[in-house]
Amino acid sequence: MATAHETTSPEEFKKHLGKYYVVFVALLCLTAITVGVSYMRLNRPLAITVALVIACVKAGMVAAVFMHLISERKVIYAVLILTVAFFFLVLLLPMFTIVDGSSV
Amino acid sequence: MAEASPYAADALIPHTVEPHPVTGIPNGKFGIWLFLASEVMLFGALFSSYVVIRTTAAHWPPEGGLSSEILNVPLATVNTAVLITSSITMVLSWASLKMQNVPRFRLWLGATIALAFVFLVIKYFEYTHKFEQGHFPSHDNFYAIYFTLTGLHGVHVIGGIIVNTFLLTAGSRMWATEPERFTNRVENAGLYWHFVDLVWIFLFPSLYLL
Repeated sequence: MATAHETTSPEEFKKHLGKYYVVFVALLCLTAITVGVSYMRLNRPLAITVALVIACVKAGMVAAVFMHLISERKVIYAVLILTVAFFFLVLLLPMFTIVDGSSV
Repeated sequence: MAEASPYAADALIPHTVEPHPVTGIPNGKFGIWLFLASEVMLFGALFSSYVVIRTTAAHWPPEGGLSSEILNVPLATVNTAVLITSSITMVLSWASLKMQNVPRFRLWLGATIALAFVFLVIKYFEYTHKFEQGHFPSHDNFYAIYFTLTGLHGVHVIGGIIVNTFLLTAGSRMWATEPERFTNRVENAGLYWHFVDLVWIFLFPSLYLL
């Protein structure tokens, strides 16, 4: 089965352009919110959580709409699930050196 | 009459337009996703280093103050907006090809390249300001991480400019003979470009704001 953006005719395709503009405006708004929140001088754990949550939402929008992941093939999802698993492994494994009390 | 070479068919790159029977997508698209997966691991390793160095530091930044006071947040905010804008111009260039509108494709892809240059020029001003203050990567861990991550990201922006410039100039000749294959190439270049945007979406708050 072909994905939506592979099959539509030029006329049909034109109708789907709106979502790109919506995501564009949303990304700019979320950037403004990220910067605005940083000036509120929240305590560090809360500031990190808020900034990373907003960044994840923005990244999700770029991946889902601009990179068409919302209607992609299973094989790409499989590659990405594996990548995300290894990404978190790389991110979290060095934490053992911190928990262990070792210093860098 | 000379016989056709039995190897001629092997010389053709298969599944550039029609989906591969196993993956269900053209080989180029599968290839770019595998490449992006390797890129995630590259930046992941550096992010991991950043987290370890930062969480084990007595104070961050080591010389005191806040990241947002040391780095230029307004310039980086403008750069974020520039990259986000370049992402939509990139996707619109691909969409223009899907709508058979080549002049519009050239306009949007040209805008993408121009915005990438704007990003690099702003980065140049940021870097030179730091150098004038004597802040080089060797200054401390904060600047080492800052220059390594933003520098590697900048190299990716340059890579995107090279690929997109090829697609806008010599590479666009393919449109006349193989329009679908050319459209797929632009889509793949777009996937790479959106990834570059995606990396910056995390770099910006991590380095400048927190």
